Amino acid sequence: MRLFATLVIGILTVGQFAHPVSAQGTPLRIEITDGVIEPMPYAVPDFVAETQGSNQVSKDISRVIAADLNGTGLFREIPAKAHISSITNFGSPVQFADWKAVNAQALITGGVSVSDNQLEVKFRVYDVFAGTELGNGLRFKGTTDGWRRMAHKVADAVYARITGEGGYFDSRVVYVAETGPKNDRKKRLAVMDYDGANLQYLTDSSSIVLAPRFSPTGDRVLYTSYETGFPQVFVLDVGSVRRKVLSNESGTMSFAPRFSPDGKSVVMSVTEGGNTDLYKMDIASGKRQRLTSTPSIETAPSYSPDGSKIVFESDRSGTQQLYVMSAGGGEATRISFGKGRYGTPVWSPRGDLIAFTKQNKGRFHIGVMRTDGSEERLLTASFLDEGPTWSPNGRVIMFTRETRGAGGAASLYSVDVSGRNLKPVKINGGGSDPAWSPLQ
Amino acid sequence: MKTWTKAVLTVAALSLAACTDPGSFGAGDDYGTGTGADSGLGSSADPGSIAYFQEAVGDRVLFLVDQSTLSEQGRLTVLAQANWLMENPDYIAVIEGHADEQGTREYNLALGARRASAVQELLVSQGVASNRIRTVSYGKERPIEICSEESCYAQNRRAVTVLTANLSG
Repeated sequence: MRLFATLVIGILTVGQFAHPVSAQGTPLRIEITDGVIEPMPYAVPDFVAETQGSNQVSKDISRVIAADLNGTGLFREIPAKAHISSITNFGSPVQFADWKAVNAQALITGGVSVSDNQLEVKFRVYDVFAGTELGNGLRFKGTTDGWRRMAHKVADAVYARITGEGGYFDSRVVYVAETGPKNDRKKRLAVMDYDGANLQYLTDSSSIVLAPRFSPTGDRVLYTSYETGFPQVFVLDVGSVRRKVLSNESGTMSFAPRFSPDGKSVVMSVTEGGNTDLYKMDIASGKRQRLTSTPSIETAPSYSPDGSKIVFESDRSGTQQLYVMSAGGGEATRISFGKGRYGTPVWSPRGDLIAFTKQNKGRFHIGVMRTDGSEERLLTASFLDEGPTWSPNGRVIMFTRETRGAGGAASLYSVDVSGRNLKPVKINGGGSDPAWSPLQ
Repeated sequence: MKTWTKAVLTVAALSLAACTDPGSFGAGDDYGTGTGADSGLGSSADPGSIAYFQEAVGDRVLFLVDQSTLSEQGRLTVLAQANWLMENPDYIAVIEGHADEQGTREYNLALGARRASAVQELLVSQGVASNRIRTVSYGKERPIEICSEESCYAQNRRAVTVLTANLSG
């Protein structure tokens, strides 16, 4: 199966290229700050096809790398037609002057070879103006059907070297694929690469499904389904697509599940007698522990990355607001104090920020705040934005945007945590409730 | 035996009535609508029919924005539902709580549950056996009106009492 294609990563040890990063001049670096930044110009000429039959995949890999980097808003590609030099041999010295002349600050070269169903991709990154290599060359080996993953791996490595932060391209997104009008919407779980490629449906549309969430290793998905006639939390194995109901007590509803960072338990909402509270359930034993006991609505829980705390929403004050409590329950501290209502908090994988949905004066926003509620910033505004999810490196937020009116439809959008680079995610048809996987 | 008679008599009216049932979620959909082939809606002229319950008694109550307290009109509707259910013990009910689209998905699920529960509590307080009533929330997943205006939202903020003939009774 494609998503489990094995990748072997090796450092290229060809001595002549193994220079350390040059100390002369300003090192090639994008410092990601919240100010306006000028995207870094770079070139990624088609990777060299080193074997018969690797022509097309060499071009395709180069294009995926470029799409990844361009999509961040941090990089600007110098198009091939502007190049005055070409790379025909991965091992030959680079003519830095030719790349300097077209103002490419960074240059990515690569070679691709195919043998039977085995694919090998190697690449190097150059600081053109310093005339040096940035980091060491790397080699990825895998099966040919995993070529997109290898391209994403290359792009992740380039991104990490130039920004100093982890990448997010070799990742997947599970979401709810939607078709049909508002009053007869069909929903099914779907999983795809973060860029929309390799779409696979995980359920049919016979039951309403909501809000899937990846396990910390990306092997399982929690979601809410009406399969039993009542909303209940299910867990699905992504590889086998086998699913089982986690919580099915007669007379109760369960929803809004999320894995604990160790993947062993689930925190979720359970509704009994009209009252919704938070519970933690051990997956192996099915044992349930009540975390809140109030007459108000407690839902949308999300763990801090270290597993010690849970952020959630509650209307105990009279309106929806965000609270943080210990992962074992107990006293909760309110962290949202701005105007309007706050919901769907999600702790950043870096641990420093909480993303949320805010409703104020008839508009919806995706925003972020520090974990103590300070430094709130709204990143988007529309008729209906909701349900943020973080990229594995904590740089990008994907969410649902629904348009108004009888023809309204849901789609996926992403935005940089700085508020820049808001754009739709390419998917087939409508979609909602995205959840980003960890880096694969 | 009474139940069986009812089921047989009402099958003929099913196809017609299903088209006019504003509470149904669309063809082929059975998300707790309770309108399975054995139940039937019956003729609204028959005071013991589902059709009568829907049209004459009133199968739904509406709520204000972000509220789950029954209005005076809503309370009267539920009291009438309670009377009808007491007089027609062969039916069981699922109360579906719904919200309009102005809210986050999880919160609306919880809000819909509150609305359904408000109806359930009043029915039980009037003597309807609690084991005849279940609740389910659809949050904002199943609007009946699709415009993004208050006129539509008001119809979507609802709790609908959906009946099924209790053949096992």
